[in-house]
Amino acid sequence: MQVSEASKRILAELLKSQTGQDLPASRRWRIGSALSGLSREHGIADLDRLITMLALSRRSSLAHKLIEALLNNETYFFRDRAMFEMLGDRALPDLAQARASTRTLKIWSVGCSTGQEALSLAMLFAGQEAHWAGWTVDILGTDVSQSVIDLSRTACYSQFQIQRGLAVDQMVRWFDETEQGWQAQDRLRRMVRFEMHNLLDPPPDPGRFDIILCRNVLLYFDEPTRTRAFDRLASALAPDGWLMLGAGETTIGQTSRFVPDKTMRGLHRHASLPAPSRSAETGQRAVG
Amino acid sequence: MKTCLIVDDSRVVRRFLRSSLEALEFDVREACNGREAIASCEESMPDVILLDWHMPVMSGIEFIKLLRQGGHANQPKVVFCTTENDVAHIRAAIDAGADEYVMKPFDHDTLHLKLQLVGVA
Ligand SMILES: C[S@@+](CC[C@H](N)C(=O)[O-])C[C@H]1O[C@@H](n2cnc3c(N)ncnc32)[C@H](O)[C@@H]1O
Repeated sequence: MQVSEASKRILAELLKSQTGQDLPASRRWRIGSALSGLSREHGIADLDRLITMLALSRRSSLAHKLIEALLNNETYFFRDRAMFEMLGDRALPDLAQARASTRTLKIWSVGCSTGQEALSLAMLFAGQEAHWAGWTVDILGTDVSQSVIDLSRTACYSQFQIQRGLAVDQMVRWFDETEQGWQAQDRLRRMVRFEMHNLLDPPPDPGRFDIILCRNVLLYFDEPTRTRAFDRLASALAPDGWLMLGAGETTIGQTSRFVPDKTMRGLHRHASLPAPSRSAETGQRAVG
Repeated sequence: MKTCLIVDDSRVVRRFLRSSLEALEFDVREACNGREAIASCEESMPDVILLDWHMPVMSGIEFIKLLRQGGHANQPKVVFCTTENDVAHIRAAIDAGADEYVMKPFDHDTLHLKLQLVGVA
C-alpha cells in the first residue's frame, strides 16, 4: 500500500509532537503495514485519505490511534536477563541499605509497553520475599500509548507473550491460567501500577525514583530530544539512584547528566555523584 | 559445537527446529519417538534434548522418566516442546525432570531464549 510524501510528513509531524519520536526515512517503509489494521477498522482502503481524516480529526483519540499504530511495542520478560540479575544481586542490596530507615523503594519503568518489564521487576522482589518483608515497593510503569497501558493493567498475557523470556518455573509460580490468558497473581500486581505518560513531560508522581528503567525507548529519538529526555530522567532519579538502559544503549556521548557505573554494565548513575560512591562495588554479596 | 537431539514424530516440526538450531550453530540429531531417542542417547549424550509429548511407540514423558532414572553422569538439559499447554502437564513434565517447557506454536526467538535459560545457548 502506497502512502504519499505529504501523508508521510503529516505522520512524522504528528509522531514528533506527541511522542518526541522521529520517523526517519529508514522507518517509513513500514507505514503501510502499520496502518493496515486501522484501514480495516475504519473501512478506508485509501491510506492517504485515512491519514488525513484521522490526523486532522478534532477528536484527539483518533489521531492517537495513528500514533499507536506507528509505535514499536516490542518487549518481553527479563529482556537481557543478565542485567536484571545484576540489578537484583548488586544494586538492590545497596539500595536496601541506603533506604533501611524508610523501607520504601520507588521504581519507574519508562516506556513500559505491555508491562513485562515492570512485572519482571516485581518478580525480582517477590522472589526475595523474606528479604523485603515490611518494605513498600512501588513500581510504576508508564507509556505514551494508552492501549498498551490498558493491556498492562489487565496483567494478562497470551501463550506467545508469556513464554518469551520467562522461565517455566516462574510462569507457573507467578501466573494463573485463565480464560483470557496467563494472568499475574495479586502478589505481583500489588507492586505495580500503570499510567499513560510522555517521558518528555515532567515526571509522574511521586516524582523521585530510586531506580529508573528506560530501555529501548530513547533510540527512536533524535539527538536534541534524547538530551531533553535524559534531563527529565535525571530530574526524576534520586541522587544515589540507578538508571538502567537497554543492552545496546549508553549514556556516553549522549548526555552530561549520567555516567556508566564502572562495574555494572548497563547501569548508569548521576554524573554529579562523587566518584567513590558511583560504583556499587561495596564488597557485599547478593541477598535472597 | 553443542549437540541437540530433536525428538518429535512430525517431520514439519523437526525441520523447523533443525533450521532454528542450526542457525544457533548446534550440531543436530533427530529421533521420531522416545525409543529412537534412547538409542541415540546410548550412542552419545547430547547437550540438550527438545522433546515432544505425544509420539507413537514411546511418549516424551516415558522417555524422560527413563532418562532421569538411568543415573547417567552427564545428564542433558531437556526442553519439552509440546501442544499441551495446561499447568497439570507442565507440572508433570517438571516433576519428571524437564528443565524447560515451550508450548507450541512458538518462534525462533522464544526457543533461543529458552535455550539460554537452560544454559546451552
Ligand atoms: C520497544 S518498546 C520497549 C519496551 C520495554 N521498555 C523493553 O525494553 O522491553 C518502546 C516503548 O516506548 C514507548 N514510548 C515511545 N515514546 C515514548 C514517550 N515519549 N514517552 C513514553 N513512552 C514512549 C512506546 O510506546 C513503546 O511501548
